[in-house]
Amino acid sequence: MIEVEHLTKNYGLVTAIRDVSFSVAAGQIVGFLGPNGAGKSTAMRILACFMPASSGTARVAGHDVFRESMEVRRRIGYLPESVPLYTDMRVAPYLDFVAEVKGVPRAERRRKVADVMDRCLVTEVQNRLIGKLSKGYRQRVGLAQAIVSDPEVLILDEPTIGLDPKQITEIRSLIKALAGQHTVILSTHILPEVSILCDAVIIINKGAIVAQGPIEALVEQFFPTARVEVEIVGPPPAVRDRIRAIPGVLSVQDQAGTNGDGRYVVEAARGRDVRAEIFQLAAQQRWDLLELKRVGMTLEEVFIRIVAGEEAAAGEAGENPRS
Amino acid sequence: MRIWPIFKKELRLYFTSPVAWVVFTIFLLIGGYFFYSIFAFFTLASMQSAMNPAMGRDLNVTDSVMRPLFSNISVILLLLLPLVTMRLFAEERRSGTIELLLTYPVRDGAVLAGKYLSALALYAIMIGLTVLYPGIVMYFARLEWGPVLTGYLGLLLMGATFIAVGVFASSLTENQIVASITTFGVLLIFWILGWSADYAGGTTGKVLQFLSILEHNESFAKGVLDTKDILYYLNFTVLALFLTLRSLEARRWKG
Ligand SMILES: Nc1ncnc2c1ncn2[C@@H]1O[C@H](COP(=O)(O)OP(=O)(O)OP(=O)(O)O)[C@@H](O)[C@H]1O
Ligand SMILES: [Mg+2]
Repeated sequence: MIEVEHLTKNYGLVTAIRDVSFSVAAGQIVGFLGPNGAGKSTAMRILACFMPASSGTARVAGHDVFRESMEVRRRIGYLPESVPLYTDMRVAPYLDFVAEVKGVPRAERRRKVADVMDRCLVTEVQNRLIGKLSKGYRQRVGLAQAIVSDPEVLILDEPTIGLDPKQITEIRSLIKALAGQHTVILSTHILPEVSILCDAVIIINKGAIVAQGPIEALVEQFFPTARVEVEIVGPPPAVRDRIRAIPGVLSVQDQAGTNGDGRYVVEAARGRDVRAEIFQLAAQQRWDLLELKRVGMTLEEVFIRIVAGEEAAAGEAGENPRS
Repeated sequence: MRIWPIFKKELRLYFTSPVAWVVFTIFLLIGGYFFYSIFAFFTLASMQSAMNPAMGRDLNVTDSVMRPLFSNISVILLLLLPLVTMRLFAEERRSGTIELLLTYPVRDGAVLAGKYLSALALYAIMIGLTVLYPGIVMYFARLEWGPVLTGYLGLLLMGATFIAVGVFASSLTENQIVASITTFGVLLIFWILGWSADYAGGTTGKVLQFLSILEHNESFAKGVLDTKDILYYLNFTVLALFLTLRSLEARRWKG
């Protein structure tokens, strides 16, 4: 649905994104991740036909964003990062205006606007001035204007920023409900959100893509180990040595933030489940086993590892490395 | 071309914000004052001429009231129209709404047309309100409608030009004040060009006279329709709108 090839954008002398390529299949929700200033918004603005790229191509639903801009624009809904809305308009007339500009036929307009206000939970503020709405409500109106014409592709730049926890859950379920018929590309800094919402992620750092693919695949790629957390009451040196002696165990460390009080992280080769062995060991040594659990790698760790790895590599090489 | 929704939205915004009302009020106040003083002066003059028939021969309401009134109104326009147009693009840019507007499935040209026509419509309403003045004159004296109609056409064409310049200035900046001062400055320059035409003389004088915004408006109020004048305003307008389109496009590249 979205195909981006060798996209580069320079703002004057600043290169915001460099040789970015990725693709998103129809019906998928893809998360766009990266630290501040990585170039997420820039890439999304190009996809949304707000500005042309310096070089490279981007296609949405088979149409080039530059040469067939109108075709692309008819098929997208865009929510910019700053959620720019006409503050001196009221919610319902504003959404009606957007629907009209987007070419929703007059006969369907009233119904579509009512429907989108319902879905984005703004019906109760439909007669209020947008400028007088709270940040969260403005965010929802922004989302409503993006989906009012029922576009095939949604480009959402940080859609849940500034919302309260309840609203975040509501907006997330709204986005989740859009999957299937819609292709969604969203950027965010809330990584658990990506794990909940997205089928795949694209991680971008300093203008270049550093990793992309389904979340599990990335976890596997960047954490080729299985991890177990244990809490054992016993002499720490002995506990460490004995556990390390179990076949397949790669390392035993104190858990982060603990101070040798018996909580350890055990890394084993991928696919090895060492929990039974640890249990046997504790029983045999008469140590008290208080806790034993396998932990999954979070996207957060993947993200930090990738971005930090990039930074380290950049420090050594003195410039931006591989893509 | 989806001009209509944009036109509607912009025109409604003029009336839901105080802009239209303030501009109308000030325009009618000052216009009314001009009308009153011109008309009062004319009444005085015609009373004197009744006693002195030699003077009365070239006294004529159309020439003595409507013509000065049109030229006074054009001065008010010079001051007020930049305030009407300054918002159109500058505000979209400042608030960032341009990022959404320019990603909707409408061409830049349609966005421009919608905005331009909304200001033009507001302006048409504004000068439409002044029909009151010739109405009053007609009540007291016989008025030739020809020069009044062409006078209004002249005002409309001149206003269309002012608005086009204003829209262009508004597309150049995100600051409304800068937009309005730029518009005013540019229009004023073209306004005063005609002044020096008289003593510049020769080709320079001709060129200056040709460029002067004011010069081209004179014949309308005399009841003369000259294609040269009409083309001057139309060309000026089209050029300003064309430059606006280029400026919108250039802004896109800059991001
Ligand atoms: N209009 C602009 N003019 C000049 N430079 C810009 C402009 N917009 C962005 N940049 C630069 O381009 C780079 C990428 O910015 P971008 O906004 O795409 O980052 P981002 O990934 O969206 O960051 P954030 O997470 O903070 O939203 C930054 O270095 C930024 O300073
Ligand atoms: Mg951003």
